Amino acid sequence: MQKKVFVQGLILAAVLIVPLLLNYMGHPFYLDLATRLCILAIAAVGLNLILGYGGMISFGHAAYLGLGAYAVGIPAHHWLYGGMDAIATTNGFVQFGLALLVSSIFALLTGLICLKVKGVYFIMITMAFAQMVYYLFISIAEYGGDDGLVIDTRSEFPLVNFDDSTQLFTICAVSLFFVMWLVWRISKSQFGMVLAGIKGNEQRMIAMGYNTFAYKLAAYVISGMICGFSGALLGNFTTFISPEMIDWARSGELMFMVILGGVATTFGPLLGAITFIILEEVLSTITIYWHLPFGLLLIGVVMFVKGGLSALIPKAGDKE
Amino acid sequence: MDYTLFVIQLLNGLQLGILLFLVASGLTLVFGILDFVNLAHGSVYMLGAFICASLTFALGNFVYALLISLPIVAVIGYGFERLIARPLYERDHLDHVLGTFGAILVMDTLAHMIWGPAGIAIPLPAALDGQTQLAPDIVVPTFRLAIISAGLIAAAGLYWLVNHTRTGMLIRAGASNRTMVTALGIDIQALFSFVFAIGAALAGLAGMLIAPITEASLGMGNNIIITAFVVIIVGGIGSMKGAFLAALLIGMIDTLGRAFLDDIFKIFMSSSVAENSAPAISSMSIYLIMALILFFRPQGLFPPKLR
Amino acid sequence: MTALLSVSQLHKSYGGVRATNDLTLEVQTGELHAVIGPNGAGKTTLISQLSGNVFPDSGTISFDGIDVTHMVEHARPHLGIARTYQITSLINSMSVIENLQLAIHAKQGHSFKFWKPYAEKNDVRTAAHKYAARVDLSSRAGIQVANLSHGEQRRLEVAMALASDARLLLLDEPLAGLGPEEASEMITLLEALKGQQTIVLIEHDMDAVFTLADRISVMVYGHIIATGDPDQIRQNQDVQHAYLGED
Repeated sequence: MQKKVFVQGLILAAVLIVPLLLNYMGHPFYLDLATRLCILAIAAVGLNLILGYGGMISFGHAAYLGLGAYAVGIPAHHWLYGGMDAIATTNGFVQFGLALLVSSIFALLTGLICLKVKGVYFIMITMAFAQMVYYLFISIAEYGGDDGLVIDTRSEFPLVNFDDSTQLFTICAVSLFFVMWLVWRISKSQFGMVLAGIKGNEQRMIAMGYNTFAYKLAAYVISGMICGFSGALLGNFTTFISPEMIDWARSGELMFMVILGGVATTFGPLLGAITFIILEEVLSTITIYWHLPFGLLLIGVVMFVKGGLSALIPKAGDKE
Repeated sequence: MDYTLFVIQLLNGLQLGILLFLVASGLTLVFGILDFVNLAHGSVYMLGAFICASLTFALGNFVYALLISLPIVAVIGYGFERLIARPLYERDHLDHVLGTFGAILVMDTLAHMIWGPAGIAIPLPAALDGQTQLAPDIVVPTFRLAIISAGLIAAAGLYWLVNHTRTGMLIRAGASNRTMVTALGIDIQALFSFVFAIGAALAGLAGMLIAPITEASLGMGNNIIITAFVVIIVGGIGSMKGAFLAALLIGMIDTLGRAFLDDIFKIFMSSSVAENSAPAISSMSIYLIMALILFFRPQGLFPPKLR
Repeated sequence: MTALLSVSQLHKSYGGVRATNDLTLEVQTGELHAVIGPNGAGKTTLISQLSGNVFPDSGTISFDGIDVTHMVEHARPHLGIARTYQITSLINSMSVIENLQLAIHAKQGHSFKFWKPYAEKNDVRTAAHKYAARVDLSSRAGIQVANLSHGEQRRLEVAMALASDARLLLLDEPLAGLGPEEASEMITLLEALKGQQTIVLIEHDMDAVFTLADRISVMVYGHIIATGDPDQIRQNQDVQHAYLGED
């Protein structure tokens, strides 16, 4: 147990310190990579709340990344070019607040529909709703449509400066740690127990008197908000957002991270995101066709890891 | 609204609906019988388009190319069943989704390596390339009529296969009771492979038919697969009749929405607001319809009776 | 004695099959009321309608004077109706104690408590241990349910219903699949509950039913053909003809 805590502490320290050190030594590339890693890991942690702890297989979580990023880009766009005075701002609190608000509303509305159904219906409907957001942004010419929207000004906060890549990275890393801690707290709470019970045997939970729909919806909304938050950071990092970032292949990659890292664990999403980023970097330097080995790897893991990837899912009651 | 334009858009909607049905029918067959979720079905649609494009250039004739491509995609479907799908039948849906997602990455990248990143346009033979006069004021591209006819023939063939042949009877029996079919001494594995091959041929056919209009391109499969999901969700997963009617419904709504929603909006809002909001709403229309239907009928419009 | 549960003219059909056909039943407060009948008589369908998993086509179910016919399933335990399952249905990934804790929590208002670590809830844990002791599972408290024996799982099923502090227990074949020794443990447990709880018991084991039940209702093709105390049922001609004769 002591050893495990030590290793976990080491991972967190490495995620925070190594990129800063490399940057200091003149390799800013790794800082950017680590920033992207932290942002993806936040989204994976958010997805893990419903996929891992709640057993809800959402194939549409990239949509929340998009919503969060557009919630930064659209106010900045109007601040610069006029129109939509109500939201035209570069104020980070407003932009991030908007990101959380929009993603919670979208999660609430779509959750009301997709949580009524189970299994494969749920997978397909979450996909379809994400695709709806994708086509929505393609259709809005003012925000760049297909070509995407350049975010000319990053979010402005007092004391921190998002234009400074070191500060932005530090914010992303600290946010990641905070979100990991948050989801860990939730998973250990009474709500988390109920969620685990629903994942284990929903029918029994209903028969015991739990309104399981409401609990799942709450988890779904929290999960969406975390991914929306991640999207707002993503917008600040890339200073660009396009519908392509909402594409359902992105949702698939998020799922891959969560499952490869280990669902329903605190560190799983982070480890999955690290693996994904490394794979992507290494494979894409070897070949522009890196999706081929990546796809083969995915198939291989599903087929040959005993019982498939879902066997890697520890049961909710297993103690760490 | 212009009457001529309306009829043409109606035909376009019909065409989209029929293509959607060709893709969705394979999905719903496979899901209904095998309880298997195949995300990679859209990639077969894309491969159909590319293979047909290459063969058109090799043979110099689109129609011959199409006829030769059909058995090729059927074989691809058969191979896919043996290599990817079969080891995953006993697993849960999450594994199906991830395994076939991996398969998409592989197939899409292979297509990228073989045919390059740009789309390929397919030239039509002169007989199909012209216009046909349907009525005094209505002239439509001949090829669109050909797509609709070919699609309807394929749909009718599928209907005949499923409802009036011994194989179809086994398919239907397999959908409701797999153990029983096995107990009858039928080689159920061969039946499954056959179903995959048929599904692949239908999806491939849809890709081949649309390619002369839109080009064969890398992303085409991944876009249509979600719409095909919407179709089978609305129709009721596993229901052939539901897939057909839902495909026509979705095809019509999508096409007519994009064509006429701004005109409709202009009736009750200012034209600038209408011009801005209509594209946004029409791009979401099929998903909103799906949401509406699911809210009242979570199992879709025509859920299959036997599960 | 007053009727805690009254079911009146209940109908439920699946396709052309009448699983419940004009069923009328009264369960008095404090009694152990067994429902017996041949396979396919519709006993589990009845339990499902009482617990709200399935809604009847027509007829009424009232509990303690409240019409619950169309009340959603998750609301009924809050009135005091709890069920067990013929095929064991527990949260296999959790320990015995965690299962019981969830059952206890279900009655204590909502569980939208996101913050306080669950492990610190000592009062609930203590209560859960008490229920584990009642079904003789104290020594197995920390074991994951998946690793329990079948008999232990069946006893936990009953304990879960008890832990929800119900006024009416719907027990769907608690003896199903048990060996003779495990069955006798279960019968001892049910004997201890008798008189303290109102129980509707569905069971195939006739010896157990005739030992335990205060009253017995006999169900054939979704219809109650006779209700009475064990002696009356033994002597009832219709029952012998329709049911016991075949056994």
